[in-house]
Amino acid sequence: MHIIEDGNTTAALGVKLCRANVIAAYPITPQTPLTERLSEYVESGKMKAEYIPVESEHSALAVCIAASSAGARVFTATSANGLLYMHEQVQWASGARLPIVMCVVNRAVGAPWNVWNDQQDSISQRDTGWMQIYCADHQQIIDTVIKAYWLAEKASIPIMVCYDGYILSHTTMPFDLPDQEKVDEFLPPFQPDYALNPDEPANLNTVTLPDVRIDTKGQLAHGYMEIRCLLQEELRTTLQLASEAEKRFAGIFGRGGNPYLEPYRCDDADYVAVGLGSITYQLRVCVDALRKEGIKVGVMGVRYYRPFPDAVIADALKGKKGIIVFEKALSYGYEGALTSDLKSALYEHLAGTGALPSVQNFIVGIGGREIHTRDLTENFRAATQGRVSREPSWIGLKL
Amino acid sequence: MQVKTNILNLPTQEFVHPGTRACTGCGLSIAYRVGLKALGKDTILVVPPSCLTVLQGLFPVASTKLPCLNVTFASTAAAATGILATLKTQGKEHITVAAWAGDGGTSDIGLQALSGAAERGDNFIYFCYDNEGYMNTGVQRSGTTPIGAITANTPFKGKLQQKKDVPAIMAAHHLSYVAACSAAYPLDLYDKIKSCMNLPGTKYFHIHIPCPPGWGYDPRYGIKIGRLAVETGYYDLYEIVHGKFRLTAASEKLMEKRKLVPVRDYFRAQSRFRMLTDQKIEEIQRQIDAKWAGYYKKDE
Repeated sequence: MHIIEDGNTTAALGVKLCRANVIAAYPITPQTPLTERLSEYVESGKMKAEYIPVESEHSALAVCIAASSAGARVFTATSANGLLYMHEQVQWASGARLPIVMCVVNRAVGAPWNVWNDQQDSISQRDTGWMQIYCADHQQIIDTVIKAYWLAEKASIPIMVCYDGYILSHTTMPFDLPDQEKVDEFLPPFQPDYALNPDEPANLNTVTLPDVRIDTKGQLAHGYMEIRCLLQEELRTTLQLASEAEKRFAGIFGRGGNPYLEPYRCDDADYVAVGLGSITYQLRVCVDALRKEGIKVGVMGVRYYRPFPDAVIADALKGKKGIIVFEKALSYGYEGALTSDLKSALYEHLAGTGALPSVQNFIVGIGGREIHTRDLTENFRAATQGRVSREPSWIGLKL
Repeated sequence: MQVKTNILNLPTQEFVHPGTRACTGCGLSIAYRVGLKALGKDTILVVPPSCLTVLQGLFPVASTKLPCLNVTFASTAAAATGILATLKTQGKEHITVAAWAGDGGTSDIGLQALSGAAERGDNFIYFCYDNEGYMNTGVQRSGTTPIGAITANTPFKGKLQQKKDVPAIMAAHHLSYVAACSAAYPLDLYDKIKSCMNLPGTKYFHIHIPCPPGWGYDPRYGIKIGRLAVETGYYDLYEIVHGKFRLTAASEKLMEKRKLVPVRDYFRAQSRFRMLTDQKIEEIQRQIDAKWAGYYKKDE
């Protein structure tokens, strides 16, 4: 059924379709409408779940961590400083291997205070052991929420579904609302390997030593390092799982394709713009304009950011003359995090092949600074004529 | 009035294995062992980093026979809420959720989450075992370290500020049950747990826990010191049921005797109070006498 909703309601409908059992959230702009919708569904009886209005984001994720440990399918959402306040719990959730799904409605972080969109919040959580998927429209938001539960529960790894504040969260767009029956077919009820239970007592997340240790039955148990290495290895295997999820999803819902990347006019392109989220759709307009000028360009949205699909990306960008990365966040003191990751993937897979493209990094839309398509196009064009600068170049800056 | 539990009718089933990693003479070992007997088998525990984390053992060995979720320092009460919410969706509300946190994890870093859960009225039992400092990390001051106590970061003068009254803070949340207990009176703790298990919402227990390395006394004197705290009227055993305050056990008996042991005896039995002057002790004695005069007056 095709409906028109704002991005936050779209995400809420996805969570409802996934039959989450426990939802905990603390209000922060621009996430609030999402959690308001969920509390309406729960209070009106449209959704059978417990909604916990916690006193902080740290507690929101604490509730999810504990509820998930007890066997519930859980959900939370946040933005900006709310996500930063969760940071300790973000690490805890992945270390404890809990399949939590969290929407991050991307917003700039303080100081100074700024409630508008960029992606510094979720990018700053890149190294926490969570999967991260970025969405560029409402169809992607709802489909990704549904796939996220399947992926998270298969891998016992939490996942952030990221979408741009306001640009997606507060704009309405038509999309296909999946049927409940089909979602149930795609996503069976959550069955954890272990859930807290007095009949089968276990002490979870207890102090674990640097080295391996023998248990009371003489079996060798993992040390901290083994547990952490397994998180890394199994996080990497979700790259294959994402393909599987996509195939299953396409089989049931009839849409989907490449879970990692979303290329637009890339095949014969000499220069490819790369980005995360809604900006990649804006860049399509630039591509069309530059193509009319005879410049062979394309744009590639990176949907799956962690784990980083390095081989797929390197293969897609192999032999291009240049890669132009447009980012709404950066690793302060160096460059955009996506730029660094891309360079690393290109070097790893293409060094010495003669097919290594140059890479240029633009920083855009920080703290909601208006991103004019005209400015994007101009900078994109300039980058195709030679590297603009070694440092990240800020578009629309008035310094 | 219910029958009081004594050492003869206390259940023999143990939920804590012998030989834990707790320090010799640890007051928490007593309170935890007896507390779990009262909570019983159908219990899920929540524990933040604290001395109890050490007592519970190192992976893959555990000293507690109940399921336990170790959580981050500030999140104890919120985690209890999360387990409760799940049990509700699973129709397993007969299972008790019990959080056990230290005084730092309660009065300082965990207070926000505890206040949030208490305000929401989430139905679990919260135990604050109060050894009056960050003992697990090497005896630093906490919000409940008493005035005059030397700690690793109040090294010469002793703590200059008053102990935070956490039970009073919790009582201000209009809880159905708030109790102050002591490891030196484990049966009082046992009876109080049993009496509140069917009360609605959050139940709060504050347990005074003598700590040999943190307080500076010979480990064999833990019970004696814990009792002195009560007999001097310095730390009182009580319960507040639906807002109604009542002294219990040895503190109740003090009401009949109307005679307190001088608080000097309590202070001079521990090296942490070595910088407390006679003058300061007299001042504290006057405060205790005034507090008890209030109790006597209410009683009349």
